[in-house]
Amino acid sequence: MTVYLDYAATAPIRPEVLECYVENMKTLGNPSSVHGAGQTVRRVLEEAREDLAKSIHCDRNEIIFTSGGTESNNLAIKGLFWEQRAKDSNRNVIISAGVEHHAVIDPIDWLVKHEGAEVAWIPVDSSGDLDLDWLENYLKESENTVALISVMWANNEIGVINDIKRVAELAKTYQLPVHSDGVAAFGHIPVNFTESGLSTLAISAHKVGGPIGIGALVVSRATKLVSLVHGGGQERGIRSGTLNAPAAKAFALAAKNTVSELETETLRQSSLRDRIIGEVLAMAPMAKLTGSQTNRLPNNAHFVFEGCSGDSILFLLDQAGVEVSTGAACQAGVNEPSHVLLSMGRSVAEAYGCLRVTLGNDTTEADVDAFLQALPKAVEGALKAGLPNVGAN
Amino acid sequence: MKVLAAMSGGVDSAVAAARAVEAGHEVVGVHLALSRMPGTLRTGSRGCCTIEDSMDAQRAANLLGIPFYVWDFSERFKLDVVDDFIAEYESGRTPNPCMRCNERIKFAALLEKGLALGFDAICTGHYASILTDEEGNLELHRSLAVAKDQSYVLGVLTAEQLKHAMFPIGASASKDDIRAEAAARGLSVAAKPDSYDICFIPEGDTQDWLAERLGSTAGEIVDMEGNVLGKHQGAHGFTVGQRKGLSIGKPAVDGKPRYVLAVDVKSNKVVVGPAKALAVKELVGSKYTWCGKAKPNAEEFFDALVQVRAHGEQVPCQVSVTENQMVIKLDEPILGVAPGQTAVIYLGSRVLAQTTIDSTVSAVDDFSTASASISGSVNGAV
Repeated sequence: MTVYLDYAATAPIRPEVLECYVENMKTLGNPSSVHGAGQTVRRVLEEAREDLAKSIHCDRNEIIFTSGGTESNNLAIKGLFWEQRAKDSNRNVIISAGVEHHAVIDPIDWLVKHEGAEVAWIPVDSSGDLDLDWLENYLKESENTVALISVMWANNEIGVINDIKRVAELAKTYQLPVHSDGVAAFGHIPVNFTESGLSTLAISAHKVGGPIGIGALVVSRATKLVSLVHGGGQERGIRSGTLNAPAAKAFALAAKNTVSELETETLRQSSLRDRIIGEVLAMAPMAKLTGSQTNRLPNNAHFVFEGCSGDSILFLLDQAGVEVSTGAACQAGVNEPSHVLLSMGRSVAEAYGCLRVTLGNDTTEADVDAFLQALPKAVEGALKAGLPNVGAN
Repeated sequence: MKVLAAMSGGVDSAVAAARAVEAGHEVVGVHLALSRMPGTLRTGSRGCCTIEDSMDAQRAANLLGIPFYVWDFSERFKLDVVDDFIAEYESGRTPNPCMRCNERIKFAALLEKGLALGFDAICTGHYASILTDEEGNLELHRSLAVAKDQSYVLGVLTAEQLKHAMFPIGASASKDDIRAEAAARGLSVAAKPDSYDICFIPEGDTQDWLAERLGSTAGEIVDMEGNVLGKHQGAHGFTVGQRKGLSIGKPAVDGKPRYVLAVDVKSNKVVVGPAKALAVKELVGSKYTWCGKAKPNAEEFFDALVQVRAHGEQVPCQVSVTENQMVIKLDEPILGVAPGQTAVIYLGSRVLAQTTIDSTVSAVDDFSTASASISGSVNGAV
């Protein structure tokens, strides 16, 4: 039996969601068709939109279905940038942080390379906290050049939760749009779009027990953005393409059930998380917790194992049937040094030594036992293997 | 045994892994990421680096039902192989990067990591065989498939490394057999083209690639008497024995083609001359290793065979090994051997030892003085 502790990568589809997904796939119809079949499927889709809106506390019209988190982030960042610059050609600065997911950083980099955008990175300290005083000052001095701000709600890798409300308030003073990548946060901490003051928010189904391949960008009614995908004019003309009603329905159900369990699961998962943190730090003196003990996602424990390569630990745990992650992005399976850790000013060796354990609704005490039991041997082997690819070694 | 199968994404390493699985070993496939910036979706393998190769290796591992990982050795590869390659050329020498890779990456960095993580051996798709002598010592031998034999580039392996090496395809008669076996096993890489070029030089143009990194300072192309025959765009782009790309306008007096005889990076001069002036009769190296058990009484000259390049022929010679150097006296002179190249010594089919050539002695009397001074200055620059 393998133990899966990588919910941040993807969570298992919930059984009731799978059933609902399959059931709805049996129904014929394109939701944009005028006839009865089209209307039947449209109804499924719009029910899904309404349910999802309730789970994330927004208006049903604010939900734009997409293929997932990456598309949602691209749509928000490029769409907002182009919208803003069309209104005022001086606005070409995107404010964001180096600890963001690649689905945010890479669209920004692309805009810098191809569209004359400039970027201002919010400083991040060694715990992963953003310097929002810096943001306040920056806006005071240069608000006229800013196109948008993009700050993730919670960090997918190290689990740190950002003060989104403050970011939105700062932006509101200057009427600047704020996007947030909420993929890691949604379903794990309370996310209320309307209260947040955000312009756009990216979420994804498969992180909350829904199917892979569907997500949404919540776009506040006051926000305008340029479309990236043109065609049949679906989703208010912002995102064309035949709508995937069964997946939307499954997403909405997964979100609804996950959010309804949020309070009890937060307590349960954070207690498992704290047990992991406590025991790992006690058994492995070279291990350090990344970020604060309290201001973190209830399902995330992230460590740096000094002198080890995270992928060696991962490998040995995998051999022992325990599946975790280094948290860092992969290209063709290559473990990169974590750009998140590097952005926090940590060394390359530390950025290679990451291990991320993420929990979910199905995680049990026995899973945690299995992880804690397999870890010492894995760390011992990883220490022996060292950091063969770090030049200084 | 717990075996780590290094899978490049090519057909040889895929079949090697398959055979290791079949032999009953507990096999884990690993692809070495050797470049930080892998080219995307190129057809045809260059041995490493591309995402397509990594995916091919993964598909092969999937088919064999073994776990598969990608391990990043790009930093080490850059330091130990690519930078070394550049530095060697910069010193006017001709390195063999595949050998360096075996010596420092596959059977050093990878092996060390593998041993630390609980593996017993590294399995690769090299064409070579490991045999055991009467006393139980491991010996490296040429593969049965003579045309594909890669024992030369494995000549750097020591007795300790041989203990942890596994070359399951060395006993195959030909590459065609391997391809047929791959096809029969349903491996999608069965018809994948062979890689010939240096894996980290994507366009295959070593001279251009080096010029980009070392810059190019124009210098003179001279004959053995020092007469200027032409200009070049950087001495380090040349290799002893090279004929093409000299761009000398006028033909030689005797009408015969001219070859690079020596590269003097200090004075930025390339010396050219007739083929016969390339002939050397003795090779000397100061750094050497025994491949497996050392030969007793090796200081006294003994009969052996020597090979000086990966796909070169072996020639009879007399070898003497002392503490500080290996001297190789060739029975018949050979052409175009450059400092930096590796001489691998064979006893029959067994790989006995290897040395990096530091200097050579010309077989041509009227060239010996010039050669000596050139080789001296080349060495001085190292």
